[in-house]
Amino acid sequence: MTTTPALLQVGNLKTEFRTDQGTVTAVDEVSFRLAAGETLCLVGESGSGKSVTALSIMGLLADNGRVAHGSILFEDQDLVTLPERQLRGIRGNSIAMIFQEPMTSLNPVLTIGDQLSETVILHLGLSRAQARERVIELLAKVGIPRPEEIVDDYPHRLSGGMRQRAMIAMALSCAPKLIIADEPTTALDVTIQAQILKLIRDLSAETGTAMILITHDLGVVAEMADRVAVMYAGQVVEEADVFTLFDEPKHPYTIALMRSVPHISTPAGDRLASISGSVPSLLQMPTGCRFHERCPHAMDRCRDDRPELLQLSGQNRHTVRCWLYDDAAQPGTTDAKVLA
Amino acid sequence: MTLTEKPGTAGTADAVVPDSAAAALGRERSSAGFVVRRFLRHRMAVAGLVIVALMVLTAALAPLLAPHDPNQIFGSFEAAPSADHLLGTDAVGRDVLSRLIYGARVSMSVGVGAVAVYVLIGVLFGLLAGYYGRWVDSVIMRITDVFMSFPYFMVILILVSILGPSLLTIIVVIGFLAWPMIARLVRGSVLSIKQTDYVQAGVALGYSTPRILFRHILPNALSPIIVNATFGVAQAIILESGLSFLGMGVRPPAASWGNMLSEAQSITVLSSQPWIWIPPGLMILLAVLSINFVGDGLRDSLESRSYT
Repeated sequence: MTTTPALLQVGNLKTEFRTDQGTVTAVDEVSFRLAAGETLCLVGESGSGKSVTALSIMGLLADNGRVAHGSILFEDQDLVTLPERQLRGIRGNSIAMIFQEPMTSLNPVLTIGDQLSETVILHLGLSRAQARERVIELLAKVGIPRPEEIVDDYPHRLSGGMRQRAMIAMALSCAPKLIIADEPTTALDVTIQAQILKLIRDLSAETGTAMILITHDLGVVAEMADRVAVMYAGQVVEEADVFTLFDEPKHPYTIALMRSVPHISTPAGDRLASISGSVPSLLQMPTGCRFHERCPHAMDRCRDDRPELLQLSGQNRHTVRCWLYDDAAQPGTTDAKVLA
Repeated sequence: MTLTEKPGTAGTADAVVPDSAAAALGRERSSAGFVVRRFLRHRMAVAGLVIVALMVLTAALAPLLAPHDPNQIFGSFEAAPSADHLLGTDAVGRDVLSRLIYGARVSMSVGVGAVAVYVLIGVLFGLLAGYYGRWVDSVIMRITDVFMSFPYFMVILILVSILGPSLLTIIVVIGFLAWPMIARLVRGSVLSIKQTDYVQAGVALGYSTPRILFRHILPNALSPIIVNATFGVAQAIILESGLSFLGMGVRPPAASWGNMLSEAQSITVLSSQPWIWIPPGLMILLAVLSINFVGDGLRDSLESRSYT
């Protein structure tokens, strides 16, 4: 894994928003890399900066937001400094996005066929007739029945699940190298969720597309991810491959997250663990470690010093932002199992 | 969450279930069909549309329909209606019916022309202000404020007297003065439409700004524009009549309903020669009323449209 060249390399990303209360930093010191064909899950609570990270990559931040510093290297081009014109050539073509709300992500006045063919005509230079054929093919591929009829339908005739399939078809239409899916199943019924996730996983595996999947559902993470980055208060607090993260979570926040999910072996009647306190406001970030106020293992230095993302020794790209692991030179003295 | 499905069965369970709105539409495939059906249920609007269509047809076919040349002067002036002159003749001996038919051309072209001009300007400024926001929005909105604080009719009178009264002048002057309403309307729609996910998705798909503005945002903002423009046609017709009545509109001898009415300024015509002024007055009334009914019908059928 480590030898594959990175498709996407986010380095020290900081994204700010101007608000009436002043400038808030929604994403801070976020770094991760993604190899071709790899699936990275960004996990975290609401407001932890998952979506803002994705929007920063796409260059879709609202008017009052901006990337303050850091780099987003996609195939060695820095998306932060790339001019808008060139960005447009990448968006939808090399990087595509699947949105959370399928009900509102399709334009109500254009037919499904119009919307899907627009992208392939623009980026792949197909003719109208070729585009139509390609769209029907894509619709069939994402499991939409009667694609040659649906292609002429308006979005209001489709259910949420069908619309999300159409959105996936749109994202896949130009065979992108990277798909960013922002909670693609949150708005769907549970039964449909499983189908859509399976569809996304199968198609990205088939086409070798890398993916950033944003979710707050650890079940989804376990199903989909190769690697996982756990975000808290705008920072990545732990990053590891999916097996390592579930087997040996290191950061107290990750451990707490794992314990707050019901497990099949949880005895009936037991209360689920919850994390005391709440996510700090972006306007009043605590000094030191951002989790220290809620952390059961907080030490004095956690209150004052900001921890860096530490590479754990003896682990394959397992990083954690916690002072407990500062003396990583002597592994074993701080065993996560003991903490849990 | 677990994925219990067998491979290959993904995607059939949620497939052919239309949502309730779609079910209510039955087999209606397009939203256009839906709008047409709702419009047809509005009887007054349909009647209005028929009358407007007839007027447009009359205007277009005026040379074929008019019994006489509208400017030809007959010996019998101020003659009461007769077999030869169905609506009589005016003070200089011209056939009133023929002038009425030719007058429809003026009213229709002012109505449509002026509205076309100001819808074009208004839509463009509205799109820019709404989409770009910030200083573009501030500048455009302050300009509309200035325009909207003009005493409308006075400014038109002054501009017409500077430019010289003619059909084209009226169209241009109304067109350049009436756009702020449309601009504000469009701006408001764009402000809400640009927040929608499908516009975000469009940007994420790499579409250019003009494409997003004209293909993705404008069609969604069209309903209020169409309704407003329809009422605008009626207003433009009234304005033209008023200006022509005051002698600031279409210049005689060309016929317009407004300048035909102005003959009623004479008390003898008003009291004893009703065939000269009642027909153009009725035509203005009928045209404006019909167009307004059409506007009502369009508003009801377009703006109650729901997609979700």
